Formats: sequence, structure tokens, C-alpha cells
Amino acid sequence: MIVSELSREELNNRLAGPGLRLRTGAFVTCAQSSIGSVAAGIRQLYADYRLAEESDFCDFYVRLALPRNLRRWWRRQVLFSFDDHAPFAPLPYAHAFPVFEWGLNWCVSQHCHNYLIVHAAVVEKSGYAAIFPAPPGSGKSTLCAALVNQGWRLLSDELALIDLVDSTLTPLPRPVSLKNQSIEVIRRFAPDAVLSRPVADTLKGTVAHMKPPLDAVRREADRARPGWIIFPRYEAGSATKLGALPKSDTFMKLADNCFNYSLLGARGFDALVEVVDSSDCFEFCYSDLDEAILAFDALAKTSQRE
Amino acid sequence: MRLQRHLSVNELLLTAIRSPWKLVTITMSEWDVLVRQARNANLLARIARLVDDLKLTIHPSPRAHLESANAIAERQYAAVQWEADQIARALADTGAPVIFLKGAAYVLAGLPVAQGRVFSDIDILVPKSLLPSVEAALMLHGWAGVEQDAYDNNYYRRWMHELPPMEHIKRGSVLDVHHAILPETSDRHPSSEKLIAASVPTESLGLRVLAPIDMLLHSATHLFDDGEWDHGLRDLVDLDGLLRQFGRDEFFWKELVPRAAELELARSLFYALRYVTRILHTPIPTEVMRAVDLVQGARPPDLLLMLMDALFLRALRPSHRTAQDALTPFARWLLYVRAHWLRMPPHLLIYHLLRKALKRAHVTKKQDDQALA
Repeated sequence: MIVSELSREELNNRLAGPGLRLRTGAFVTCAQSSIGSVAAGIRQLYADYRLAEESDFCDFYVRLALPRNLRRWWRRQVLFSFDDHAPFAPLPYAHAFPVFEWGLNWCVSQHCHNYLIVHAAVVEKSGYAAIFPAPPGSGKSTLCAALVNQGWRLLSDELALIDLVDSTLTPLPRPVSLKNQSIEVIRRFAPDAVLSRPVADTLKGTVAHMKPPLDAVRREADRARPGWIIFPRYEAGSATKLGALPKSDTFMKLADNCFNYSLLGARGFDALVEVVDSSDCFEFCYSDLDEAILAFDALAKTSQRE
Repeated sequence: MRLQRHLSVNELLLTAIRSPWKLVTITMSEWDVLVRQARNANLLARIARLVDDLKLTIHPSPRAHLESANAIAERQYAAVQWEADQIARALADTGAPVIFLKGAAYVLAGLPVAQGRVFSDIDILVPKSLLPSVEAALMLHGWAGVEQDAYDNNYYRRWMHELPPMEHIKRGSVLDVHHAILPETSDRHPSSEKLIAASVPTESLGLRVLAPIDMLLHSATHLFDDGEWDHGLRDLVDLDGLLRQFGRDEFFWKELVPRAAELELARSLFYALRYVTRILHTPIPTEVMRAVDLVQGARPPDLLLMLMDALFLRALRPSHRTAQDALTPFARWLLYVRAHWLRMPPHLLIYHLLRKALKRAHVTKKQDDQALA
């Protein structure tokens, strides 16, 4: 059963009651919330996602609710909790859906050290993954959103999950987070893409989420082999430039973007070496998305892979 | 014979610890509850070790969470050893014997109970006379007092058995420096001189731990008299592990009760033995159970014991909604008050709790004002 097969009422009842058991890639999340914007966001962006059964194992129990104090009524806030523990301070009520998305990312980055986790977007073509590790503001989500609207498959726009044994990448297809100008850029670039209503003045500015393409959700179990590691940089007015990056530099920069590299010790090091070794490594500067897509398609064609 | 397929939900975690081989028979919904209970009780990595030791084959979904918890525990195990070494180096010139307590001690002594254990801070015991030079040396090497107001600072220094917590400015690790195992204001005073004199060296140069019996007694008084009930079950699992390990030595059982009496810790030992046997089925020789009953003041009067059973048996459940009843929060609150009662005489207690209540009200108001500004 998928989310869109639930009536609006049934979806709301599950969210407000026992929880909606949502499958996203390798994880099952039991989500509880009576907040309208959370239900609306899930109905809109998670329509194609499968639901888990009552008897299935849930990885994360999350709830978005009003705090139990004055802020329940006055200048309302929303509180994210993970199995009854609240890891963050409450945020404005209007930010409830972005908080849900950030909360789910937090669940994975804090509790899944069976993977080496890199803060990166990951897209796939012909079985090979392109990893875009980058700090916020580098345009990785914009690039990722554009590529997945042009035939690349979305694995994740936020978390690269690297297997500690075989270094493959596990998909975590979830809505792509777009910030500020990127929202308008993607609306123009992909008029058919479904975007949630933008929420202004969040911690990350104005935020909207893009619904992942159906193909990404259907193929949530198909892993990808590491193919390219590319550090993107959006620079207004710049020409499209793809420059090779030495593996040593790539390794250091990639390690910087890991959530649990030092926690995993030698195992993290080995997995990272393996990923860098089997990838072609680049820096990529762009301002025009159409040109960027052409560059990536050319890259996918010319790369010598059996 | 009928195989009992479905275990009671609030017994799941206890069953996993007592009889880990049963984990191969539990259902996915039971794993679901077990992982949540174990995570909340800080016992997830412990379960991971038990599963590994028995080479049990379990479903990939719960296995992933066990592996993840185990990765954190392994990292902490190495970090504690390194941190302990740094502390010993910082204190080398003071000439103070540095005795590691609780979790760090289990790691340094290479005890099985340290496997899959998680840590929040490191505790050490040093002679009171050397406290000023120990504090100075630690500050010189990067440990600084965690920000406190004058009242808290004074509270620690005048009444407690430890310095205000110190934090390393670079690594953020927290260190508690004790000069005794119970507060100055408590009516019991286990002799720190005796504890230090009996302490034993570890394989790491310059790092000492309490002798086995004293280590067990300290863990017992820490659990039953300190009022930190968030990790009650985890601490009980520590006691179970220590008793099973040390209990291989006959000398341990012979000396345990007399030493508890000598250190004024017989009541704590009584509770420890009562609840490890009841909850975790730890094997304790009957003559030891009998001996502790006979020590003056060890066994509480019957009526009090009934009350304590009601409180402890609740507080020692996993701190997760699936393992609690309506009275659990009240039981925890009563035990918190009891811990303060044991810690200081009534007039100080009333003053201290009033101070804390007023401060809390003040801080909440300030936060609200700031949030609304």
C-alpha cells in the first residue's frame, strides 16, 4: 500500500493516532503529528511511498507536536521528538514540515553508524553514483534537483550512506530541500516538478521541498556503485568548468563532510579510501543548469566503465 | 511443553539481558520494542555484544541498530582509555594517587562489564588533602570548571564529595573529581583513606582503580543512594556483571559483607543484592544473602522495605513508555527526594531544594522573556 491510497481522513487519523509507518529507502519511520502542514506535506510529497505493516520493525519513532507550555497557544511553536526525547529546541509552528524533514535527517545521521555517512547529495546513472559533498550554499541541492529532473536517479539530496563492507551507496530517496533563489530556479528549470509551499524565515532562509521522481521511490532498494565524487560550486555568471581534483585532496575534503568518519575509526578510513579509489574526482563550477546537465551527461558517457 | 512465544512487553529488555539466546525466537514487533527500550536505557550496545558473543543470527533491521550502537561504544571505549591517560599525565607531578571510578574503572580494569557500555563522564578519586593541587594541575592542562553560579559552586565545595564538574576546553570531555564516595553532609562516611589504601594498579602505568569489593560497593551506593535514575537499569546491569566476574573468587564473597559494614555501606549492599537477584537473577551464595541481613542497619524494617520494593522495582525498569506504569514518574520523584534526604540533614535539604526551585522558576521566566523578545 502507498500513501496516496489512503483517504485524506485515514492519513490524518493515522498521523494523529498510532502513527504513519512510512518506508523511505532502507528505513521505516513511524510519524505522529496532528499538525495540518505536516499532514499536507506528507500527502503531497510522499504520495508514492510505501507504507509498512503494523507488525514491521520501525527504525525511528518521531512526533511533531506543540510544546507543553504557553507556546502551545501564544506564538505557537512546534517540537520534534524522537521516541519521547526532544533533541532540538522548539521552532516556530509554521516551520513544522521543514522541521519534520530535518528531523528525519537527524534520525539517520545519529543512529545509523552501520554506514559511513557523508553530508552529500547522491544521484545515479547506469548503476554508478555521483556524490556531491558540499557545505550549504554550494548549490548541491539545486544541481541534484535539476539532474533528477533530467534522467538521473535520486539517491539522496542530503545523506550519502556508504556501506562499510562493499562501499556501495544505499538510496535514501526523500524530498529535495531547496532554499531561497533555488526554489525559483528549479520552478523555471522543471515546471512539472511538484514543490511544497515555501516556508519563509526558517533557520536556512526560505525553504521548499521538491517531490522525488517516481522512479527514485520505486527503486529505493537498488544500490549504486561509487562512480564520481564532484564538489559543486555555484558562481553567478561563471562558465561551466569541470576540473580534475587529485584523489588525496578529494579524500581530505570528503572526510571533512562526513558525520561519523572519526567515530568509525579504521573502518571509516577503509570505506572512504575504497570510495575515493573507485571514483573519478572533480571540482565543478557552474551558473547555467542546462549547461551543467550537458556536462554531466557527457561525463556519464565518456567515463570508461564496464 | 509449550514454548512461550510472546514475552511480556515490559520484560523484553530484561529477558534479553538474562537470556540473550532467546532473542532468536522473538518477533519483529518485539524487536521493535526491545531496540527502543534498550536505546533509552543505554543498553543497546550491550545487547549488541550479547548477540555477537552468542553469534546469534537476527534480522537485518534490528541488527543495523545494534551495529550502530556498538560502533559508538567501541569509539567510547578507546576514547576513555586515552582520556584516562591524559588525566594521569596531567596529575603526574602532584604525586596524588589517581583512582578511576565507575565506567572508566571498568574499562581500565579490563572488566567484561565495560564491553558495550556507554559513558557520559569520567570520575576520579583523589585524597582530599591534595584536592587544591589536583585542581590546579587539571586547570593547567586544559580542564576548566563548567560554568556555575556562586551558589552551585559553594554547594559542591562545602557540602559535596566532589569538585564542580570540569570540562576539557578542547575535547569537551567532562571530569568529576571526588575526594569521597558520599557527600560530606551525609550521615555515612565511607573512609576514603581505606578505599585509596586498598586500591589496585591497572595495566596502564599510573592508573589505579578501587579493589574489586570496593568497586562493587561504590557502584551499589552510587545506584541506590545517588538519585540518578535515568540509567538505573544500566547501573544494575553493571552490578550484575561485576558480581558475576568478581564472584569467581571465593575471597570476594567472604570479605564482601564485612567490608560493606566497615565502610558503612551495608544498606546499599543489601539493596544491590536484593534487586540484582530479583531483576537479573544474578547468582549470589545464600550465606552471603544471610550475612548481609544480619549486619546492623543493612536490612530496612519490613514496612520500609515494602515501600522501597515498590519504588526501586519501578525505577529500575527501562525508562521507556512501553515499560512504565502510572506510578513510575512518582516513584522516580520520591527516590530523587530520598537521595537528597540521604545526602544532607533536613535544614540544609529544605534550604537547598528551595534555592533550586526558585532558581528554576527564575530561569524559566528569563527564557520565556528572551524567547518573546
